[in-house]
Amino acid sequence: MSIFLDKNSKVIVQGITGAEGSYHTDRMVKYGTNVVGGVTPGKGGQKTAGGLSVFDTVKDAVAATGATHTCIFVPPPFAADALFEAYDAGIGFAVCITEGVPVHDMLQVVGTTPGMRIIGPNCPGLISPGKGLVGIMPGHIFKEGGVGLISRSGTLTYEVVDGLTRAGIGQSTCVGIGGDPVIGTTFVDCLREFANDPQTDALVICGEIGGSDEEDAAAYIAEHLPALPIVAFVGGRNAPAGKSLGHAGAIISGTFGTAQSKIDAFRAAGVPVADRPSEIPELLVARMAAAR
Amino acid sequence: MNLMEYQGKELFRRAGIPVPRGQHAIGAHDVADFVERTVGEWVVKAQVLMGGRGKAGKIKFANTADEGRRVAEEILATPMPPNRQNPAGEPIKSLLVEEKLPIEKEAYCAIAIDRTAKKPVIMVSRFGGMDIEEVSEKHPESIAKFYVDTAIGYSPFIGRELAFGAQLDPGFRKQLPAVLGSLYDLFFRYGAKLVEINPLALTADGRVYASDAKVELDDDALFRHPEFAQWQRALPLDEDERLAAESGLGIRNFRRFGGTVGTMANGAGLAMATMDAVSYAGGEVANFLDVGGGANAERVRKCYELVVNSTGATVFFVNIFGGITRGDEVARGIVDAMRETTSRKIPLVIRLTGTNEEEGRRILAQAGMTPVETMDEGAKLAVELSAAS
Repeated sequence: MSIFLDKNSKVIVQGITGAEGSYHTDRMVKYGTNVVGGVTPGKGGQKTAGGLSVFDTVKDAVAATGATHTCIFVPPPFAADALFEAYDAGIGFAVCITEGVPVHDMLQVVGTTPGMRIIGPNCPGLISPGKGLVGIMPGHIFKEGGVGLISRSGTLTYEVVDGLTRAGIGQSTCVGIGGDPVIGTTFVDCLREFANDPQTDALVICGEIGGSDEEDAAAYIAEHLPALPIVAFVGGRNAPAGKSLGHAGAIISGTFGTAQSKIDAFRAAGVPVADRPSEIPELLVARMAAAR
Repeated sequence: MNLMEYQGKELFRRAGIPVPRGQHAIGAHDVADFVERTVGEWVVKAQVLMGGRGKAGKIKFANTADEGRRVAEEILATPMPPNRQNPAGEPIKSLLVEEKLPIEKEAYCAIAIDRTAKKPVIMVSRFGGMDIEEVSEKHPESIAKFYVDTAIGYSPFIGRELAFGAQLDPGFRKQLPAVLGSLYDLFFRYGAKLVEINPLALTADGRVYASDAKVELDDDALFRHPEFAQWQRALPLDEDERLAAESGLGIRNFRRFGGTVGTMANGAGLAMATMDAVSYAGGEVANFLDVGGGANAERVRKCYELVVNSTGATVFFVNIFGGITRGDEVARGIVDAMRETTSRKIPLVIRLTGTNEEEGRRILAQAGMTPVETMDEGAKLAVELSAAS
């Protein structure tokens, strides 16, 4: 098992003939992902260089391929429209890679697409090592195993995964949830899924300053997952307060948002917090040994 | 993009939110002219993005043209003094002259985006005119909130619930639902991240006005509103933002600190972790720099020059996790950048990983640079080199 993505997932790519879309489609296919086609309006009937069918609409793609998942590589003004189109066509799982989607577009999308799981936007996507990759992650650094990973960042995720893989620790599913203010899937949403996944026997959470997703995750862990070995990292301890933290965010979340607040929340929930990414494998091994 | 008060009030006026009558003025002469032509009691307010204008003496009253000229000159004479969030202060480039209102009561209302609920949240408090952060610390129970279902939008019952929930003075109650309705329209129409009226004023004769205006627009939605381009050009960038923009970076991708270890990484998360690693190794960070995707020679050169020329860096720690970028390409980019630059040379410490990383490290070593294998190792070496220089 794994979460969100397995061998049976049928993936289409929206924006498959664009530069980014075609490059990453190729990488996803090479990784072994079951990519069944893609969508570019006006190019229906064509084939990609790799022989995949291109459709004019998501509906056509779903009818012809039975697609269950979509990966979206369209420019920011069209991202919400692409998500709505996927929802309307009955797609249950969407990854939106696009960076720079207006925050009100995402408010509208997440508020009106019940039942569709959205990862992102502004995210690297997700990977279930050995099963499939939906997004732009570098597949070769991952290794199949039992550790689930959730992160708000892209390259920091790769840093952490690289450390785990080099230490011989494989991963069940790694999800980059994205760094925007309004995202489809939060840490807590991922924790709920990991809690029911038999393959996942430990977790790594990579947070960073801003918002209160980490504090919410810590509260969820304390209540629902006290026995699961989990290690956290929080980036941005040396970031100055005030600049990137918006006025409104600080209000809604009270004192939440600082690295210290997040570290304190994790520790209060019994989750050790690594000072450096390189400490994560060791801390995780110790937690897993203690849990046995 | 944060708007000045006069710009926010212009949007309020368009949305139908009552604002005091007034005039945006560039210099003391404009203020005197306006007061001369328009009989009344006036307040002259510095137009800046910083808070704390009242305490800084940047809001003053005037009833005559001479008074108007004098207080305008006083306000414009010095910039806004620094505070914790704005250590450089802020220059004052214009003023707002406004009708002085006979204010009886003040309240607070705002619409923001709640990340956890993934919904707009409307907030109302009976503590108007105070810093809302202070209110949320001292009287958190006083802030009434409503999370708006975006499929439904705003409806007047929300305003009624909030007025009662926040125990507003009865004078506000009848008018709050309409004010919030207009505020929600504005928030939605312009794709704002925050709209705030603090204070919302109730006058002796029972009228309600937005006495101040704070509007933060979503930079990612500005493409839909080309009409704001002129305002955007007029807004002050701080020094770091200006330097970043000149180097072709996003304005949030670069920030300076006082230290001696210059840093550059790809991705904000890794860039923050790089700073943390330098700090953990006992060094003082000179800057935050997220180079983004694709570290080609020109980009690397511009970033190197930015750090060398604008910070106190004595060493430059480059931390690139290749991911899908090829390590040998990044290495060539760095070597070419260092050959092309005409700026002063400081030692580079380069941590490079990803596809073809061995080849990348070989290229760097051949060019006489110091490639390292891990972030911790790189941070340690960079701190040692900065201490030695």
